[in-house]
Amino acid sequence: MTTMTLAKALNAGLRKAMEDDDKVVVMGEDVGALGGVFRITDGLQKDFGDARVVDTPLAESGIVGTAVGLAMRGYRPVVEIQFDGFVYPAYDQIVCQVAKIHFRSQGRVRMPMVIRIPYGGGIGAVEHHSESPEAQFVHTPGLKVVTCSNPADAYVMIQQAIHSDDPVVFLEPKRLYHSAKAEVDESAPAAPLWQSRVVRAGADATLVAYGPTVSTCLDAATVAAEEGRSLEVIDLRTLSPLDLVPVHESVRRTGRLVVVHEAHLTLGLGAEIAARVTEECFHSLEAPVLRVTGFDTPYPPARIEDAFLPDLDRILDAVDRTYGF
Amino acid sequence: MTDPVFGPPPERAPDPELVQLLTPEGERVRHPGFDIEFSAEELRGFYRDMTLVRRLDTEATALQRHGELGLWAQLLGQEAAQIGAGRALAPQDYVFPTYREHGVAWCRGVDPVRLLALFRGVDQGGWDPSAHNFGLYTIVIGAQTLHATGYAMGVQRDGLVGTGDPERDTAVVAHFGDGATSQGDVNEAFVFAASFNAPVVFFCQNNQWAISEPFERQSRIPLYRRSHGFGFPGIRVDGNDVLATYAVTRAALQRARDGQGPVLIEAYTYRMGAHTTTDDPTRYRLSDDVEHWKLKDPIARLEVYLRRNGMADDAFLAEVAAEADALGERMRRECHALPDPSTHDLWDLVHAEKTAELAAQQADYDAHAASFEEVGR
Repeated sequence: MTTMTLAKALNAGLRKAMEDDDKVVVMGEDVGALGGVFRITDGLQKDFGDARVVDTPLAESGIVGTAVGLAMRGYRPVVEIQFDGFVYPAYDQIVCQVAKIHFRSQGRVRMPMVIRIPYGGGIGAVEHHSESPEAQFVHTPGLKVVTCSNPADAYVMIQQAIHSDDPVVFLEPKRLYHSAKAEVDESAPAAPLWQSRVVRAGADATLVAYGPTVSTCLDAATVAAEEGRSLEVIDLRTLSPLDLVPVHESVRRTGRLVVVHEAHLTLGLGAEIAARVTEECFHSLEAPVLRVTGFDTPYPPARIEDAFLPDLDRILDAVDRTYGF
Repeated sequence: MTDPVFGPPPERAPDPELVQLLTPEGERVRHPGFDIEFSAEELRGFYRDMTLVRRLDTEATALQRHGELGLWAQLLGQEAAQIGAGRALAPQDYVFPTYREHGVAWCRGVDPVRLLALFRGVDQGGWDPSAHNFGLYTIVIGAQTLHATGYAMGVQRDGLVGTGDPERDTAVVAHFGDGATSQGDVNEAFVFAASFNAPVVFFCQNNQWAISEPFERQSRIPLYRRSHGFGFPGIRVDGNDVLATYAVTRAALQRARDGQGPVLIEAYTYRMGAHTTTDDPTRYRLSDDVEHWKLKDPIARLEVYLRRNGMADDAFLAEVAAEADALGERMRRECHALPDPSTHDLWDLVHAEKTAELAAQQADYDAHAASFEEVGR
């Protein structure tokens, strides 16, 4: 049992995956000597060499496109996109190639690739450094999309994603890199990668979140408990496939659901979850499914990002509103 | 007047040096860099390949006209570029095609009927890439050049470059057209290949047209010179000369296998047909140009050379023509017989590990389809 930050947990998970399988190759801009701009790959090039931890030219489509070729040659590339807002030059390769090659080849060509993207806001960054593009990847058949909210999951999930024979977009909540610190039991049995999890049990209403908003929801549940209201919090962990089984089970008990994410409201994951929960749990719902999200604006300048990001008050307000129906 | 600070602009040279071993008139010429001898058997093989591939192409075009294919990308006129490049490969080499490389596919042993399946809408690339060392056709322009470069980087990691063992050392070829050179991915592939000295040969068939846009809209300088800006050699070869494309590609592949890195080959050729069966080239180009290029026909010039030198007689030519007829007949027959895929494959092929979501969608569809069957009874 070791106490580590989410950043360190990812580093330890990557290291373990590289030790376990010499076909794992880490690639990206500045991932070598620098250890990545967030230091997630710190020390890996020193220990595994520059053929396995590859500093690439500054070209996102090139990074993902060459990783496709490496995967076809039997390697398991783990590519780092430096920031969420920089993934778009690689979008064509991800959507048209990475996601579809298994299908197009009648299942003959596998694409065991992990695309790591630090994502989300709350770190006071300049523009293009705080985005939440998850819905764009979730909307792409052939990709799997996961995100972690705590160091223990980070350590295990990055290894599971690398081990998967399917391409995985691995979203790393960058504001938790150094603020989320917890004990990681490296020998603990792992939860399956494609499952969500109840992280706080409750009886009155359900909060669904993932990545950076899980901790905000947990804080909201703590405050609500002081006010006598018991909120259940579910960490989705997997966004594609979506595992809503625990959500349905929870909503059937609580009758109230608030979905919380940083990404924009319209056609965000909350819309999908609302639709599916309505289909599955219509007769259990006491109120419409509500969403607390970023707005349908570009991510704002850092000085006012707190207004954009779902916070404790907006979440508790939404819970209150579910009692008004 | 030359700019005193920046110097002259790069030359817009229309006719740079072209490697040629067989003139349009069917005369064998020498090139100091590619002093290569061909046996009569090899030359007859090139003739046979080009003739059969031309038949493959005309047959597929006819099938499209009869409504049997949704689309066909014609290779007419590019037979020499593709057969020369395809026959220069070693068995262990790996090819990443765009969608017009029917001649290279032929050289790699991909059944032409499998090519039809893609254009008929039966599948999206029904051959096994690893069985032929020939990747799937790639519709998004230039995307495969990065895959080729990455694959070549994998070959490097596998220690299969520069060992001196001709059966192990491996090169990778990326095929693309003149239009693709404008794409970011192709330029990024050049950067990565140069930076990592990857064993990849970039084989550009400059067929002069990107759908309706002439080559001049893509580049102000000859394409083979693009590589110089990226730090590796480029060479322009007569793409209608199968001997020259073979010789140049063979040398470039060997250089890559030896560990000397990438090369850009510009096979200077002409697309005699349309871009695909959906466009009408009479709208955008002069018939004079087409007539001019007909005089450079890759098959006719080899036929002249073979006949004049007693390497092919009427019997041989008739034998190849009969073989082409048989291929055409088989393509027609087997195209009609291609079965539609099962809708079941849809959900099964998305991932290596199927998700519960997809299984549920599949079950819903099955139940829906079954309800119609019951009504039908």
